[in-house]
Amino acid sequence: MLKTRVIPTLLWKNECLVKGIGFDSWRRIGSVLPAIKVYNLRDVDELILVDIAATLEKREPDYSSVSEFSAECFVPLTVGGGVGDLDVIRKLLLSGADKITINSAAYENPEFITQAAKRFGSQCIIVSIDARRKSDGSYECHSHSGTRSTGREVGAWAAEAEKRGAGEILITSIEHDGTMKGYDLDLIRHVTQKVSIPVIASGGAGCLNDFYAAILQGKAAAIAAASIFHFTEKTPLEVKEHLRKQGIHVRGTHTDQPGKVGA
Amino acid sequence: MNVVIIDYNMGNLGSVRRSFEECGAQVTCSQTPSELRSASKIVLPGVGSFYDGMQHLNTMDWIQEIRQAALVEKIPLLGICLGMQLLADHGTEGGNMEGLGLIPGKVEKLSPPSGEERLPHVGWNEISITRPHPILSGIQDRDDFYFVHSYHFRALNEEDVVAQTPYCGHFTSVVAHKNILGTQFHPEKSSKAGFRLIRNFLSL
Repeated sequence: MLKTRVIPTLLWKNECLVKGIGFDSWRRIGSVLPAIKVYNLRDVDELILVDIAATLEKREPDYSSVSEFSAECFVPLTVGGGVGDLDVIRKLLLSGADKITINSAAYENPEFITQAAKRFGSQCIIVSIDARRKSDGSYECHSHSGTRSTGREVGAWAAEAEKRGAGEILITSIEHDGTMKGYDLDLIRHVTQKVSIPVIASGGAGCLNDFYAAILQGKAAAIAAASIFHFTEKTPLEVKEHLRKQGIHVRGTHTDQPGKVGA
Repeated sequence: MNVVIIDYNMGNLGSVRRSFEECGAQVTCSQTPSELRSASKIVLPGVGSFYDGMQHLNTMDWIQEIRQAALVEKIPLLGICLGMQLLADHGTEGGNMEGLGLIPGKVEKLSPPSGEERLPHVGWNEISITRPHPILSGIQDRDDFYFVHSYHFRALNEEDVVAQTPYCGHFTSVVAHKNILGTQFHPEKSSKAGFRLIRNFLSL
């Protein structure tokens, strides 16, 4: 049985681990490397690492930092931020990334998704969508760390991303992000209905039941979260234990991991 | 012990290198096919499509050297994900293409039986061991490994299948034919069970 993944998200800027509320009010909350070491030790399902300043500062990702981070990470590592062309993807993969998120660059040039999926395989390419709800209730995609509206409707864009070869969609609610008031379940459901590729839900997790709702009601294949892990005592393992009790298949809440000796 | 990782511009080389180093191997990532001759173990990683993968191997003159090393020198070879699929005779992803022909079989797209099973198959899933093999020493039935793929290896000979995984029915997740092995999952990203498999490979 394929397990539902619980994925900590690490946002970073100028070598600092940061977290905001609604993609704003960024707070420094520590350093990236120790956080990666802890999550690796805790054997999390996967990690998402996004350089939130790269695109805004019109620069490429900091490959040497990514190399340093990935050296400590033996679980799947998804890297994003500043992914503007195929060469950036190639360099990130060489720096130890396993999957890449594409966000802002795809709006200006949707063909980028097609080329990236063709060159590196769909399984490597996650299209990340930052969504804001409009007054009429529809959802609009935003680029450049949520600072620019794109005029694109989220469901239609997710469907186009799939058609162009994206392997997964990472959907984040800008309004819910950092609030810990729960995922935007309508948004997640909206996207999972529009695509047949796996969808990673992000933005708003504040308690254990929020994760369950994103899976059960949102139909997410994986759930990402940051604040709940940074600011509360809750761990990804506790989330998974909770999910297991609710009948969701998760990985590794048992302790007798084989291969542990000398590992 | 010199492990040569084949660098044919397809994939997460950084990850693969580090996990093998973590398991104590001396690793060379090589773009020079003749370096296979001095290898004690060979790793064919890979992320991308079958068609592009074979094209790159061909353009960079890897194919004859790989076949020589695997079939004549009998150097243990581990194909990972796309690298496993390329061991087959034939693939269809990105267009019809001949594979390396090292393990009889073909590579086809998974077919999801319902809307519940999405493609690509991404995440942690278990293996069920169909035949005991040293590559799986110390690894149990139902241990989870990390997968990310939409195509699967359909082996012609059942005895080449070592483990299966339940998704879209069942597909082959580990193949072994003499010194030639392949895993559909990514041992380099599969935490402790993955390290165990890498160590098993290094001690073959």
